[in-house]
Amino acid sequence: METFFGLLAGNTLTRLVFFPTVAAVPLFFFTKTASKAAKIYVLIASLIELAFGVLYLAAHLGRDGGFPLVHDTVLSWISGYGVKYDLAMDGISMPLVLLGIFLLPLVILGSWRGITEHWPMFGASLLLLSTGVLGALLAYDLFLFYVFWEVMLVPMYLLIGIWGGERKIYAAVKFFLFTMAGSLLMLVAILWMAWTFQRLNGGVWSFAYDDLLRLNLPLHQQVWLFAAFALTFAIKVPMFPFHTWLPDAHVEAPTGGSVILAGILLKLGTYGFLRFALPLFPHASEVARPLLLALAVTGILYGALVAWVQVDMKKLVAYSSIAHLGFVMLGLLAADVVAWQGSLLQMVNHGLSTGALFLLVGMLYDRRHTKKFDEFGGLARVMPIFAFFLVFASLASVGLPALNGFVGEFMILTGSFRTLGWPAAVATFGVVLAAIYLLKMIQLTIWGPITKDENRKLADLSFREIAALVPLCVLMLWIGVAPNTFLQPSRQTLETVLAQYRQRVDEPDVRQASLRPATTGAEVAATEAGR
Amino acid sequence: MLELLWLIPILPLAGAAVNGLLGRRLPKALVTAVGVGAPLLSLLVALGCLWEYAHGQFPNDAYDQVLYAWTTGDLSIPVAFLLDRLSAVMLFIVTFVGFWIHVYSAGYMAHEEGYSRYFAYLNLFMSAMLMLVLGNNYLVMFVGWEGVGLCSYLLIGFYYDQPFPPYAGKKAFIVNRVGDFAFLVGMFALFANFGTLNYHDLFTTIATQPGLVTDHYTMGLPLASFVALCFFVGAMGKSAQIPLYVWLPDAMAGPTPVSALIHAATMVTAGVYMVVRSNVIYQLAPGVSQFVAVIGAATAIFAATIAIAQTDIKKVLAYSTVSQLGYMFLAAGLGAYSAALFHVMTHAFFKALLFLGSGSVIHAMGGEQDMSKMGGLKKYLPSTFRTYVIGALAIAGIPPLAGFFSKDEILHAAAANGQWVLWAVGLITAGLTAFYMFRSVFLTFFGSFRGTHEQEHHLHESPPVMTIPLWILAAGAVVAGFVGVPKVLGGIDRFHEWLQPVLFHPGQPEMGAGTEVLLIAIAVIVAAAGIFLAWRAYGGEDGLANERAWAARFPTLHRVLANKYYVDEIYDALIVRPLAVLSRFFWKVVDTYVIDGTINAGAYLTELTGDVGRFSTTGNVRSYALYFFVGVLLLGCWIAFG
Amino acid sequence: MVPISWYLMLAALLFAIGTIGALTRRNGISIFLSIELMLNAANLTLVAYSRQMGDRTGQLIVFFVMAVAAAEAAVGLALFIAVFRSRRTIDVNRLNLMRW
Repeated sequence: METFFGLLAGNTLTRLVFFPTVAAVPLFFFTKTASKAAKIYVLIASLIELAFGVLYLAAHLGRDGGFPLVHDTVLSWISGYGVKYDLAMDGISMPLVLLGIFLLPLVILGSWRGITEHWPMFGASLLLLSTGVLGALLAYDLFLFYVFWEVMLVPMYLLIGIWGGERKIYAAVKFFLFTMAGSLLMLVAILWMAWTFQRLNGGVWSFAYDDLLRLNLPLHQQVWLFAAFALTFAIKVPMFPFHTWLPDAHVEAPTGGSVILAGILLKLGTYGFLRFALPLFPHASEVARPLLLALAVTGILYGALVAWVQVDMKKLVAYSSIAHLGFVMLGLLAADVVAWQGSLLQMVNHGLSTGALFLLVGMLYDRRHTKKFDEFGGLARVMPIFAFFLVFASLASVGLPALNGFVGEFMILTGSFRTLGWPAAVATFGVVLAAIYLLKMIQLTIWGPITKDENRKLADLSFREIAALVPLCVLMLWIGVAPNTFLQPSRQTLETVLAQYRQRVDEPDVRQASLRPATTGAEVAATEAGR
Repeated sequence: MLELLWLIPILPLAGAAVNGLLGRRLPKALVTAVGVGAPLLSLLVALGCLWEYAHGQFPNDAYDQVLYAWTTGDLSIPVAFLLDRLSAVMLFIVTFVGFWIHVYSAGYMAHEEGYSRYFAYLNLFMSAMLMLVLGNNYLVMFVGWEGVGLCSYLLIGFYYDQPFPPYAGKKAFIVNRVGDFAFLVGMFALFANFGTLNYHDLFTTIATQPGLVTDHYTMGLPLASFVALCFFVGAMGKSAQIPLYVWLPDAMAGPTPVSALIHAATMVTAGVYMVVRSNVIYQLAPGVSQFVAVIGAATAIFAATIAIAQTDIKKVLAYSTVSQLGYMFLAAGLGAYSAALFHVMTHAFFKALLFLGSGSVIHAMGGEQDMSKMGGLKKYLPSTFRTYVIGALAIAGIPPLAGFFSKDEILHAAAANGQWVLWAVGLITAGLTAFYMFRSVFLTFFGSFRGTHEQEHHLHESPPVMTIPLWILAAGAVVAGFVGVPKVLGGIDRFHEWLQPVLFHPGQPEMGAGTEVLLIAIAVIVAAAGIFLAWRAYGGEDGLANERAWAARFPTLHRVLANKYYVDEIYDALIVRPLAVLSRFFWKVVDTYVIDGTINAGAYLTELTGDVGRFSTTGNVRSYALYFFVGVLLLGCWIAFG
Repeated sequence: MVPISWYLMLAALLFAIGTIGALTRRNGISIFLSIELMLNAANLTLVAYSRQMGDRTGQLIVFFVMAVAAAEAAVGLALFIAVFRSRRTIDVNRLNLMRW
């Protein structure tokens, strides 16, 4: 019988999730001023975490490049209600988990200079945030998922509220309330589902994902549950019109917070749709598809247009996130395997390119303490290396072929055009708008003559800053040139999930809630082998 | 040799990587060696491959080289190159002209800051362009297509610390993106219906089952028409056709060899290449083909009229390029795909030559591009003068230079198809072309010098590294036409024969030999008349005197032409500004008031409830006791009567 | 034997007096005494019913109530003494620091 601490010691998901927490404990004993030591300590911890991630991947990545579903040993948690401690990784969560782990050291490098006070607490917040994010991505029990989902909220709230900009309290509260408002509804929905499950299962409770997936609910019940889940996730994504917390949160958050927020936190929303909202409520999602599609496409165009007229560099990037995640949502709603592959890849892509852009904005902010466009211009002359990285990351974000953004967008749009038709064509126009706002950003910051004297003596990027950007750029190029390596691990998972989803969408509506028979492990293995 | 096909795009890419990443630390000679050496190696490999291809037998008449799988699964796209008769022609043009322009650049850019950056961009461009022409599916083409767009953006904005060039680069990229949007939608439609983007698979399926694409698809169009239309809109952007041509004249803000390579010889002809490549689809979409022809003809004459009133020598050439590209689309729309590609080839020679010639002039004039400040340069720049005149004669269509043959084939196609209106437009454009080209010749090289004394003092012929490419291209402009001498003039039209296998229905309507000869004679006379008129107007000592008189007599016409019909201003007022207003409305009103307003109203309401409710907290024990008492009474009532 | 209704009426009377006193008096000690009155009304009821039904549990509960009332009185009086020391008054109308 394995225990939690037994799991923590092995090459397991538990170690992946809780190592940051363990590593954060000593930070509470650092004095407030021990910044240097704290920085190095946190950096080392994040690198160890990265190594753990790679080790885990190496242990489970299939020969054929596929990634099977791997569970940690399931432990009982709240036995009376069948709540289990159950972490599992499959092709859907794997890329996002690795992205999260990968971004952490870069975030720390990017915050080296920008964060001036309470470094130990800052580092601890980042580490605890990682635990929350990774836990939410890996939880296979809905109660556990909800707990991790809320755990994410607190460190992010602190990151914005303590180390943020001028209106940090406003932004932090806005962020907290928006997210909280949605997630409480989700909690109700989860409880209702578990209750229904025990009602149909002879009084035996379970929150396990696989068990709740067996629920066959009538449409009128699905609609309410789907609405609760969808609202939670739509706020997190964020989809139009629930997006207004994002620009404020980004503008006020410190660089590191923005990178984590854009890089992984937002992905939890789209991940939630892919993992929970769509498969659990197939009929309801089918009914809600036109509405969600309209919101996704609106978000793409709306986010892009609003990004275009921003005067603040960081706000521009924040609004561009809304547009980019609109693409991801479009792909998920298309229910097409190519589009789903594209969406999953685009989640990673957005984390890389927008992460890089936020890092770059932060580097500029560290030097000039402003993010307004009219303070810049002509920086390419004094900061050529910065200019290179800015152009590179922007082009990746624009979706230039041979860089990562293109692969994701192309697959999303190709796939969704196949199943949806003209909404995908309309969304494609977002590609044009992306070029407009990002080139505007480049134009106003680095091209043209230098107009402000303060900019004449700016130092170019330091070695540390380059070290934070190079890994991102390498990955962007790699994904763009050889995307297959990155698509392969998730393909089978996505195909299986999609096949099941489509089959359930086609099933007729039932009049009363019932339970589908449980699929045994052997059957799953057989279907996997049959593919 | 053919197995080295992949090296052709990769070599310049490696050159770009070396110069881009290390260039600032390398000695200049090494930068030059890498920057010019990479295209040279690429040219040599290309020539080897072409030789082997021309002398070998291949299945489907094409050599396919699959490098690796870009994506697999449902959307399965390989990174693969294809050498067939069509890409062979383009491969030759791009590597040959490209290499000589690189050589020229080594001289032209020698004293510029950012030398290594320049070569990095230019090599990157070569790589992308070669990928565009060598790809064996639409996706690889699109990768190259966007890649050349990027290089165009970077090279137009090469002088990045001035205000205008980066702006022009941005404009080029965005206008191109509008076209790319349509290109993408076209690809989506193809993939959605055929599940592949591979040329061979697609075209074989369509050619054997045309019914698949001629049934109704969407918006009242059959699939073939829809895709053809999307692709043509894509081509409009890249190849600067009405209404998306506006970026090309501004693109002249880049260094002149860039204009020669990208904005005349290679990149802008990519749209023509795409249409010819997709000829199977276009032949099944006659309506769209007619549309292509009309847009081409309209662009040709429209741009030619603007070119007449420009005084910037590069702007003249830029509008001339737009006009000639219109010619190519006229041919492609008429189904004369080989004629279109033929004109691509001859145009690559003479337009690159003209641009490089203008570059040589600008170089000598110390950066001055305004023809009203030039004049009489022929005695200072003899080589430049001679080659420039050869180029001008070629583009004007004077036999036996290259432009004559290709332009004649296009006019012939219009006449043979009975499209006499298009023929007439083409003919008028030919006359206008001859006129404005020789206007630029006379204003630049004849008469007396109109610049400053200092400029006159510095006038000098360019170094051999620049004049040799001029002469090579001039030779090309003279002889390139002979591969396509029409039968009626005793030739065998090898070019046409060569391309037959890649065309779906290669046949073109024929017409009587007598008529054909007559039409040729008319075309030549019109061209000669254009030159003559230019000589009459501008051949004098002060070439500009007549123009000033004309401008005084027709001030409105002159102003409209000189301001390019105010198209930029119209776009700005109709599209850019309303969109900006809308965006600001979204941001300031929808985001701030509607969405945040709703949410803040909710928050405010909560606060208000609290504000009202808190007055019940009087702090007075006896009030609380009263509440308590009332509560107990109510409870009692409920128990007793409820 | 006195019928139970008499006890109940007395209890109700006491309770009413206590309630009115608790609601109307301003002196903290008086309120306190009124509350004691109400508690004793409840006690009386409990004892009466206990006797009526022959079940001792009611009388048992009365002891609890008395104990609690004593504890309450001790704590309450201590509070009022503390309040009086700082405010020099135990008029509850003036002890309203905890209002909105």
